Amino acid sequence: MENPSFFVTLKQVIDDFNLENVSNMDDTDKIKIITPDVNRPGLPITGFFDYFDANRIQIIGKVETTYLQKITSQQRYESFDKLFSRKIPAVIITRGLEVFPEITETAEKYKIPVLRTNQSTSRFLSSLIGYLHHWLAPRITQHGVLVEVYGEGILILGESGVGKSETAIELVKRGHRLVADDAVEIKKVSETTLIGCAPEIIRHFIEIRGIGIIDVKKIFGMGAVKDAEKIDLIIHLELWKENKQYDRLGLVDEYTNVLDIDVPSLTIPVRPGRNLAIIVEVAAMNHRQKKMGYNAAEELNQRLMDEIGKGGL
Amino acid sequence: MISKEVVVQNQVGLHARPATFFIQKANEFKSSIWVEKDERKVNAKSLLGVLSLGISKGTKITIIADGTDEEEAVNAMVNLINSNFSEQ
Repeated sequence: MENPSFFVTLKQVIDDFNLENVSNMDDTDKIKIITPDVNRPGLPITGFFDYFDANRIQIIGKVETTYLQKITSQQRYESFDKLFSRKIPAVIITRGLEVFPEITETAEKYKIPVLRTNQSTSRFLSSLIGYLHHWLAPRITQHGVLVEVYGEGILILGESGVGKSETAIELVKRGHRLVADDAVEIKKVSETTLIGCAPEIIRHFIEIRGIGIIDVKKIFGMGAVKDAEKIDLIIHLELWKENKQYDRLGLVDEYTNVLDIDVPSLTIPVRPGRNLAIIVEVAAMNHRQKKMGYNAAEELNQRLMDEIGKGGL
Repeated sequence: MISKEVVVQNQVGLHARPATFFIQKANEFKSSIWVEKDERKVNAKSLLGVLSLGISKGTKITIIADGTDEEEAVNAMVNLINSNFSEQ
């Protein structure tokens, strides 16, 4: 599933989690982590290697350490010789636990970094998995504009020249934030969440026909930009087609699929004189209201049911 | 949909000025045109999109077009790159 062209280097993991490099291995920037899954090698250290995924970082916690204390030095040596011969990316020992000399010895032999953290195992596992999912998420680059309007991340899509950038600049002028113009890098960080950001080279630049490239952060200030934003709503801008029926009621929900996630979307026809920035603002508020209104209705219904229940007794 | 690989050979790569020639050419066609570098694919008609790829000399890119004039589009884009954006 994972695209192997996405990776995060072990060095990055070490730096971001402040891990202690017990084996003092260099070249951690050459080791690539390509899977967001990790493993606690409880079974492999007893010799069971079926379904073993050698791409995963191995985490050794209290359970594994207690087991290792109970076996002989020779057995520890053999079991880590087997584990490291699989060319795993790294071993991380949690809770600041003692590192057996057999681990460092065999790690040296196979050039596998041994790292250590003081954090508890479950806590470290969950933050590491979350982190890896973020860095190794499936992603695409989408032609469009990403803005944050009233706290909602809105991805504006449409043909070149339909007025996406102009809408964005007007939204910025009205106090909202620009995340990306022209090219939006979208990452699927969970089964329900898409995060968009700008490619670094063009971050916070915008192109306005007739003016050229402008630096939004320099012109409008820090409050006008944002590095990344989740995508809550997609707005398709299209030139008004005479005989197309546009949504008049907003009763039917429309979705646009991005990286296998259905994102609520709207199609807004563009015609000269239509103030798109205000329409996008209204769309954002309406979307929030739908999200909040839905919950309020549930709440109200629940209260109502409770009342009826009481009365019935 | 057709695509063609090409290596950018001009001295400075696809910096701002050659990139404007590039997108102007792309905008002459009706087809949707994309430029792909490594795993990233951007709209060839968008200036910032093309610049975001940071295409330097010797970079291999793929031109992809889809539409009624896709063949002419891909050929024209490849010719433009091969002519080194008529620099000199």
